Amino acid sequence: MNREIINLKNLSKSYNIAGKPFYALKEVNLSFVEGEFTGIVGPSGSGKTTLLNIIGSLDSPSGGEAIVLEKNISSLNHSESARLRNYNIGFIFQVFNLLPVYTVYENVEFALLLQNFSQDERKKLVLQALEWVGLENHKDKKPDKLSGGESQRVAIARAIVKKPKILLADEPTANLDAENAHSILKTMKKINKELGTTFIFSTHDEKVMKYLNRTIILKDGNIEKETKK
Amino acid sequence: MLEFKLSIKNLLGAKLRTFLNLFVLSISFVVIILLNSLMDGWDAQAKKDSVEWEYGNGHLLNENYDPLDSFSILDGHGQIPNNINNLTPILVHQATIYPDGRMMSIKINGIPKDQKAIKIPTTKISANPSKFPALIGKRMAESANISIGDEVLIRWRDKNGTFDANRITVIDIFDSNVPTIDAGQIWMSLDNLWEMTGFNNEATFFIANDLYQHSKISGWKFKSKETLLKVITDLVDAKKSQQAIVYILLLGIALLAIFDTQVLSIFRRQKEIGTLIALGMTRKRVVKLFTIEGSLYSFFALLFGSIYGLPLFYFLAVEGFPVPPADQKVGIAMSDFIYPLYGLKLIFGTVLLVIISSTIVSFLPARKISKMNPVLALKGKLQ
Repeated sequence: MNREIINLKNLSKSYNIAGKPFYALKEVNLSFVEGEFTGIVGPSGSGKTTLLNIIGSLDSPSGGEAIVLEKNISSLNHSESARLRNYNIGFIFQVFNLLPVYTVYENVEFALLLQNFSQDERKKLVLQALEWVGLENHKDKKPDKLSGGESQRVAIARAIVKKPKILLADEPTANLDAENAHSILKTMKKINKELGTTFIFSTHDEKVMKYLNRTIILKDGNIEKETKK
Repeated sequence: MLEFKLSIKNLLGAKLRTFLNLFVLSISFVVIILLNSLMDGWDAQAKKDSVEWEYGNGHLLNENYDPLDSFSILDGHGQIPNNINNLTPILVHQATIYPDGRMMSIKINGIPKDQKAIKIPTTKISANPSKFPALIGKRMAESANISIGDEVLIRWRDKNGTFDANRITVIDIFDSNVPTIDAGQIWMSLDNLWEMTGFNNEATFFIANDLYQHSKISGWKFKSKETLLKVITDLVDAKKSQQAIVYILLLGIALLAIFDTQVLSIFRRQKEIGTLIALGMTRKRVVKLFTIEGSLYSFFALLFGSIYGLPLFYFLAVEGFPVPPADQKVGIAMSDFIYPLYGLKLIFGTVLLVIISSTIVSFLPARKISKMNPVLALKGKLQ
């Protein structure tokens, strides 16, 4: 049985809007095991991104507990959060968030620079990651010369190059056409199988559904339904 | 260092924005170094000329004589003390000359013909057969409209107060940058002046040479070379303070440009900041990255400034900076050309000043990053 790597207990997140609390997440209880390929599905404002941000230690819960890789997110300081993300969590964003002045190679290499890999190791890992996503021939291009699909592949390569335990993808196919979306999802599925990386998506894209092993439907900050294949 | 490499990449990637900032900053570099080196050059040249033409190694003045008070000339002289060495006596006396029938009050300086304490060309007096040969400077020649070989009527009072008159022959016009030995003055043999005035074996002051060791002499006060040069130092310092306003303004504009760019960068690049944090960079490192990025402008400005600054500095060092004639009448030594003096202290001081100040103005807006919410930053929302 796979090891549990994320455990959310009574997790809540509220914001103060015009003096009144607004709950993005209400007492959510969830756990994720190693190697999952899970989608958090729901309409806009249902709390999907907030959930991913808390798991990724970019945000902290207002109530309850979020234990990620045996670390309580609420008790981490900025440096500890950064360390957790640096070594164990990869992010893929809806709008790719590539660093515009760097080439494809440098964007992917960036994650490794933070981990003090040697130049030779970095080169090997970056080329390997680019090969995974099929962009080895685009390594010298700048992001503005890439299509949406290619940009998202670079973002995936950047996220997987450090071989994180968890990969969080926030609406990764939202800005892509159907063909690119399927291609990206296939790539992610392949990485999930071969590297054993835990994938957690937030999505409301129908195309994503068929690839998911587990689907969690969120509505107004609550888990409405959960299905497993 | 990762932040350093990333900063360079970011700056090079920003192209025009980087160029404009470093261009403004490079102007500050060049102007600060240029203005200060010109002042230092003037200072050094004025001091050198003043020592060579007027001060020697210091002045031993009659206790009643004040060079700044012409009324003290009358009584400010005395018998040359016995056993004095390494001192050149100068007797100062008031007189009137009548060039082309015009009356002009002047000061006569009697100086030994064989002196070597200052650069007044007194050897020419020995070589001239005229009865009263005299030397004047270029300023005096210009204001009195006198040329070499001209005979000028001179009238003076002797030691008894009796008026006497004669003709002096101008045998040479010397070119000195020191106006205080030139304007309104005539130099002649000390023996001649003693003969004319009857103040035999008397002097108003002495010019010390490098070997002079001062010991107290009753009735005489010693002013060292450093004390005499303080006037120039003070004047140059005052001028430097005035010029500081110019380069503080220039530097201020350059730093404001960097500050502005940093503030704008932090607003425009919020997504990038959020991404860096999401990728595992600590906020401290992101602040460091932006601070280094801002302070690197000064480094690039230094390189860019060198491209056009070094040839300019070299040209001015060789050709000199021309000084308009009007500016030369400021009362202290100033030549037709000022040659800038580029000291290590000046160059390193300027580099350090610009680098430190640009680092500070880069750090101030970058501090905001440490308080940024990465979730909002990723969305690019203003914070």
